[in-house]
Amino acid sequence: MRRILSVLMENEPGALSRVVGLFSQRGYNIESLNVAPTTDNTLSRLTLTTTGDDLKIEQITKHLNKIVDVVKVVDLTEGAHVERDMLLVKVRAEGAQRDEVKRTTDIFRGQIIDVGPATYIVQLTGPIDKLDSFLSALGEAEILEVVRSGVAGMARGEKVLTI
Amino acid sequence: MEQLSGGDMIVRALEDEGVEYIFGYPGGAALHIYDSIFKANSVPHILVRHEQAATHAADGYARATGKAGVVLVTSGPGATNAITGIATAYMDSIPMVVISGQVQSHLIGEDAFQETDMVGISRPIVKHSFLVQRTEDIPSIIKKAFYIATTGRPGPVVVDVPKDLTHPEHKFNYEYPESVSMRSYQPSTKGHSGQVRKAARLLLNAKRPVIYAGGGVIQGEGSELLTRLARKLNYPVTNTLMGLGVYPATDRQFLGMLGMHGFYEANMAMHHSDVILAVGARFDDRVTNTVSKFCPGAKIIHIDVDPASIAKIVPVDVPIVGPVTTVLKDLDAQIDQQQSSSERTLPDAGAIADWWSQIDNWRAAHGLWHGRRYGDSDFIMPQDAITALYEATDGEAYVTSDVGQHQMFAAQYYKFDHPRRWINSGGLGTMGFGLPAAMGIKLAMPDAEVACVTGEGSIQMNIQELSTCAQYDVSVKIVNLRNNYLGMVKQWQDMQYDSRYSESHYASSLPDFVKLAEAYGHVGMEIKDKADLEPAMREAFAMKDKLVFLDIFVEPHEHVYPMQVAPNGAMKDMWLSKTERT
Ligand SMILES: Cc1ncc(C[n+]2csc(CCOP(=O)(O)OP(=O)(O)O)c2C)c(N)n1
Ligand SMILES: [Mg+2]
Repeated sequence: MRRILSVLMENEPGALSRVVGLFSQRGYNIESLNVAPTTDNTLSRLTLTTTGDDLKIEQITKHLNKIVDVVKVVDLTEGAHVERDMLLVKVRAEGAQRDEVKRTTDIFRGQIIDVGPATYIVQLTGPIDKLDSFLSALGEAEILEVVRSGVAGMARGEKVLTI
Repeated sequence: MEQLSGGDMIVRALEDEGVEYIFGYPGGAALHIYDSIFKANSVPHILVRHEQAATHAADGYARATGKAGVVLVTSGPGATNAITGIATAYMDSIPMVVISGQVQSHLIGEDAFQETDMVGISRPIVKHSFLVQRTEDIPSIIKKAFYIATTGRPGPVVVDVPKDLTHPEHKFNYEYPESVSMRSYQPSTKGHSGQVRKAARLLLNAKRPVIYAGGGVIQGEGSELLTRLARKLNYPVTNTLMGLGVYPATDRQFLGMLGMHGFYEANMAMHHSDVILAVGARFDDRVTNTVSKFCPGAKIIHIDVDPASIAKIVPVDVPIVGPVTTVLKDLDAQIDQQQSSSERTLPDAGAIADWWSQIDNWRAAHGLWHGRRYGDSDFIMPQDAITALYEATDGEAYVTSDVGQHQMFAAQYYKFDHPRRWINSGGLGTMGFGLPAAMGIKLAMPDAEVACVTGEGSIQMNIQELSTCAQYDVSVKIVNLRNNYLGMVKQWQDMQYDSRYSESHYASSLPDFVKLAEAYGHVGMEIKDKADLEPAMREAFAMKDKLVFLDIFVEPHEHVYPMQVAPNGAMKDMWLSKTERT
């Protein structure tokens, strides 16, 4: 089962490598990883998606908590939550494709953020499956390059992850 | 406020931390620190002959005293040489602070002379590590290093210090913090009371209980409490290889060690139990044998300070996270309360008596200390050598060991009645551990008897420390069970590879250990004759201020038994001799 773990950790050099190292050392896989400072610049927030049964996720959570730099760990998938991934895709946009790509982008409420003589960069934000279906909806258009931010997520409602 | 250089700060912080010894080896990146050591002349430094030995010596010191061991090494090869010892300490949860010199800050990342990414290379084998970035941070980092190393589940902490930050002319305010608090590190201080209640109920209603105690009980100073609890309930106790000494070996309720080379009665009792109280133990694969066949009828209570140890290998019915002392006290109180409020007597005396008679039958059948369970030969038997050691030291010595058959014989035949006396590398299984560890212990406790049980293979992995022992008058006794083979390897080759001894012997290349010991200024004794064993052992221990190397020629073809059947065996499946199995 796919899980989204949110981790608050000290914004210290080496902290990220400890988290990533844990996954490789213990044979857990990371599907996506997103990390950036928070409003409190002593803390970073990391969102990580992985797969595993309850037992495995429990072990991962315990081991994450053991890392001295880690302040808090939550499994977002345990409750109601929102998740967003951001996609940038560079597509060939020539001739008929130029309009076609624009139309598909509009349908998915994406934005064209760079217009070249023969290319577009489209930006799209949403849950993973929306981004996946956008990519397949591009259909005939030639995809030149794709980059995704990795999932970022938050619990819905009153629940907050702070210290 | 006092102004100190980074080098001086390190030495002063160690002094303020109450450090008794630094085990180390100098080199370029650490030279400012070494100059500070010279000038301060406060904390004694032990110059080893190889950085691996520094870590093992600090480790032995820590295991025997309960305090953190301290290591100082230079960058590059100094740091990498320390790695095996750090991993050894990590696997057995031993508190240790390793300070490593690093190349100057501006050179980091440039493949400078003797540069190694110490924080990176040690990352999977440390509890935590620091790369110092500002001299001003040194006092608080050292304070944190000791705090992290010694609290919760202990472990090694690396502090990597770039040379420029220790420069004698760059001085900053020095104040050693009184205390530490870290929002990201808060070890548990108390077990969950609801779980403790459940555990008490389960324990009191057990019919075939076993208490399974590991190294965590020693680390957590819980031996006395555990012993009291076991005696109160009249429940049998088995200790892991790391837990020997938790429960007194000579007590009637002790079943011996469990696991791969565990006692028949201990493994049988575990397999047939209905309730297991696991304390500070981690269900290592050297204990459980095939996990899916592990103790099929048992409900498990697991007490550990590390939540990640619980339910890692086997599912647990009652997990309790907390320090062993507070949890055992709470459990004890709960047991009292449930006993007094119950209408029946708990535990069921009849059931427990039946369980004991079953255990006594197992003991009578194959118990290691209930009859002679090994053969004889013209050679001295290794088991007899350990018994002679036990007797010559009245069972009171600190015994370190290396890794191999000799280690298992020592664990089986030296009856440890106190915690912290049996010092071995259980988790990593590091050959070369024994002699430097013994050195660390003897320095910490100069009046104690310290013996290193070793093999001719293992001792050669850190034999250079005989020189360190000469320099600091470290009068340990080395008990070399010389079987002329990498005996444990040979045993597996006998059992699984039709006795094809691939690279498990040394032809006739072994040194004359007596002469070797003498060359370092020590005493060497060669013991071949059975009749000489006991007198020689006594003679050696009578030489209080001498290091004595006892080179004991033992039966080369002896195996360690019991040995659990693998693969696919349960705990109860054991070889009891070369021909007999359960
Ligand atoms: C550093 C290291 N290398 C290899 C091993 C694998 N190993 C385990 S026991 C053993 C043989 C040890 O021989 P010796 O010290 O003579 O002890 P004996 O088994 O003969 O008593 C070996 C090679 C190890 N544990 N540690
Ligand atoms: Mg040998």
